[in-house]
Amino acid sequence: MTASVFEPWNDPEAKPLIHFQNVTKRYGEFTAIDNLTIDIYEREFYALLGPSGCGKTTLMRMLAGFETPTEGKIFLAGQDIAPVPPNKRAVNMMFQSYALFPHLSIWENIAFGLKRERMPKHDINDRVEEMLRLTRLEKFARRKPHQISGGQRQRVALARSLAKHPKLLLLDEPLGALDKKLRQDTQFELMDIQEKTGTTFVIVTHDQEEAMTVASRVAVMDHGKIIQVATPDRIYENPNSVYVADFIGDVNLIEGTAKLNGSEAYAMSWHEGHAPLTVKSPVAFSDGQKCHLAIRPEKVSISAEKPADADNAVQGRILDIAYLGNISTYHVELPTGAVIKAQTANTRRIARRAFTWEDTVWLSWTATAGVLLAD
Amino acid sequence: MRRFILIAIPYVWLLALFLVPFAIVLKISLSDAAIARPPYFPQFDWAEGIAAFIAELDFENFVWLTEDDLYWKAYLSSVKIAVISTFFTLLAGYPIAYGMARAPEEWRPTLMMLVILPFWTSFLIRVYAWMGILSNEGFLNQFLMWIGVISEPLTILNTNSAVYIGIVYTYLPFMILPVYSALERLDGSLIEAAEDLGCSRLTAFWLVTVPLSKNGIIAGSFLVFIPVLGEFVIPSLLGGSDTLMIGKVLWEEFFSNRDWPVASAVAVVLLLLLVIPIVLFQRNQQKQQEAEQ
Repeated sequence: MTASVFEPWNDPEAKPLIHFQNVTKRYGEFTAIDNLTIDIYEREFYALLGPSGCGKTTLMRMLAGFETPTEGKIFLAGQDIAPVPPNKRAVNMMFQSYALFPHLSIWENIAFGLKRERMPKHDINDRVEEMLRLTRLEKFARRKPHQISGGQRQRVALARSLAKHPKLLLLDEPLGALDKKLRQDTQFELMDIQEKTGTTFVIVTHDQEEAMTVASRVAVMDHGKIIQVATPDRIYENPNSVYVADFIGDVNLIEGTAKLNGSEAYAMSWHEGHAPLTVKSPVAFSDGQKCHLAIRPEKVSISAEKPADADNAVQGRILDIAYLGNISTYHVELPTGAVIKAQTANTRRIARRAFTWEDTVWLSWTATAGVLLAD
Repeated sequence: MRRFILIAIPYVWLLALFLVPFAIVLKISLSDAAIARPPYFPQFDWAEGIAAFIAELDFENFVWLTEDDLYWKAYLSSVKIAVISTFFTLLAGYPIAYGMARAPEEWRPTLMMLVILPFWTSFLIRVYAWMGILSNEGFLNQFLMWIGVISEPLTILNTNSAVYIGIVYTYLPFMILPVYSALERLDGSLIEAAEDLGCSRLTAFWLVTVPLSKNGIIAGSFLVFIPVLGEFVIPSLLGGSDTLMIGKVLWEEFFSNRDWPVASAVAVVLLLLLVIPIVLFQRNQQKQQEAEQ
C-alpha cells in the first residue's frame, strides 16, 4: 500500500527538485516574497494558491528566470539557478495569455523551442507530431492561433511548453480564460498529461477548486508568505490557521475560549448562557486561550428535533436558503445573532423539503467535525 | 437620403478637386505645345464639335518621353533615391519607435509629441534650415572643424547626400508612427515566451518583434516611398545639378520650358507609376484590418 502512495515530501531521503532557500523579493519598498523556504519534488503537481497580489506569480517568474531574488537562493536539481538566464533553463512556462506567436502556425509554435535547440529536422517532426497527438490537435497543425478556439489555444500553449522536455513546467493561471465546463474537463486532461509525461508541474491559481482538483500538494500564500503547504484533503480538513480555513471553501468560524476537558478534548465557551462546545484537538491550547472553531457547512447537520446523542447542538432560525440543485445551504441565525451555515444534499425533490424560511431548527455536529484554531 | 448625402459630399469633393483636374491634365498631355495662352493646342470649341476636337489629340508626348533618355533616367533615379531614402528612414525610425514603445507608459505621450512637433513649423523653413547646417560654412562643418575631425570643410550641400539627409529628416515621423503603433500593441509576454523557449534577446527580436511589426514597417515604408518618389522641394533646395528627380524635371518642363503638354505627360506617367505602390499599400492595410478582426 505505502509503495503506491506518492508522497516524497514525507520521505526524509528524497531530494527536492526545487529548493527555495530564504528567498526574499522586494520591489522598492514593497516586499512581494518574504523570506520563503519551500521544497518541490520531482513528478509533483504543486499548486500555488492565493489571492491576487500574494506573490504567487512573482514566485513563478523567479523560477522561469524573469525575476531574480533580492535575497536567498533557488536550487533546481541541486544547482543554484540565479546566474542562468531564462533561455538556458530546463524550465518552461505556460503563460496566462498563452503567448502563442500569432504569425506562426500551430505546428511552428510547437516547434519553436525545438528549433532553437538546433535539433535535427526529422526529430523535430517526430516530437511535434507526438505533442499534437498528446494534446489532440493533429487536425489543427496548419492553422494560425486566431483560427482556433480558446480551449484549443490552451492546449497549444501546453504542447509548446512541454515539447522541450522541461524538468519543470510552470503554469500561470492556465485555465483562467476558459469557461467553467471546459475548465473542469481541462483540469482532468492536465492531470492526465502530467502523469503521462512525468514532468513536475507548478501551477499558479487563485481558484481553490482548481488547485484542489489537480494538485498533489497545495501551498496557500498570503502577503508573500506561505501559510500552509499540504495535500488538498489536509488543507481542507486540517487548515493550520483561520486564514487558510476561510480561504479554502466555505467555513463557519465561531470565536471563543478554550478549556481543557479530558485528553485532547476541549470545552470551548463561545457565548454566555450557552453550553460550551465540545471539540477534539490534537493541538494543545492553554486554559482561557482565545481560539476559533472552524467547521465546514457540510459537517453541520440540521434537524427539527434536538438530536439526543449529538456532541454539540444549538437552536436557531432559518434566515436564508441557497438552493444549488444538488445541495442546499441553510443560513441559520442563532439567538446570539451569529449565522451558521449548514449544508445538506437534496436527496428529495424540492417540493418535499423538510424546512423552509423562518423555521426553528437544531444544528448539531460531532466533537471531531471541526478544527480548533489559535488566533 | 441622409446617408446618400453623407457619402456624396466626399465623392463630389474628389470629383471636383481630383478627377476633373486630372482629366484636364490628361487632356493637356495629349495636346501639342503652342506659343499661345494657354500654351497648348487644341482648345475645346463648341462650334467644331467633340469629334474634331478628339481627332486633334495624340500620344506624341508620351512617345517623346521614351525617345529622350532624360525622362526614364529621371524616373529611375527617383525610384532609386526613394528606395534608398526609405531604407535609411526605416533604419533611423525603427529604433526610435522601438524605444518609444518600450518607454514607461507616462512618457509615451511626450515622446509622441516630440515626434510630431516638427510639423508645427513650415516644411520649407525646416529644409532651408538644413541649408544652413550643411553648407561649407555651415554649423556641421564648423563643428567638425572645431573638434578637429576634419581640416577642410566637407561638401555636403548640393549633393545627393544632402538630399538623403533632407528626406530622412522630413519623412521620419511617417515611418515612426506606424511602426510605433505596431510595436506598442505587441504583447510583452510573447518576447518572454520566446526567451523561455530558448531564444536570446536578439533572436527573440528577429523571430518575434520584427515579424509582428511587419505591417507597421510596410505601412511606414509606403508612406515614405510614395511622396518621396515625386519629391520636388528637397532635391531642388538641397540637391545639386546632378541630382536627377522626376519632380524637378516636371517643374522645369512647366516653368522653364513652358512645355505644358510634355510636363503633363510626365505627371500622368508619374501618377501611373505611383498607382502600383499605392495599391500595394492599400492591400497591406486591408490585410492588417482583416487580421485584427
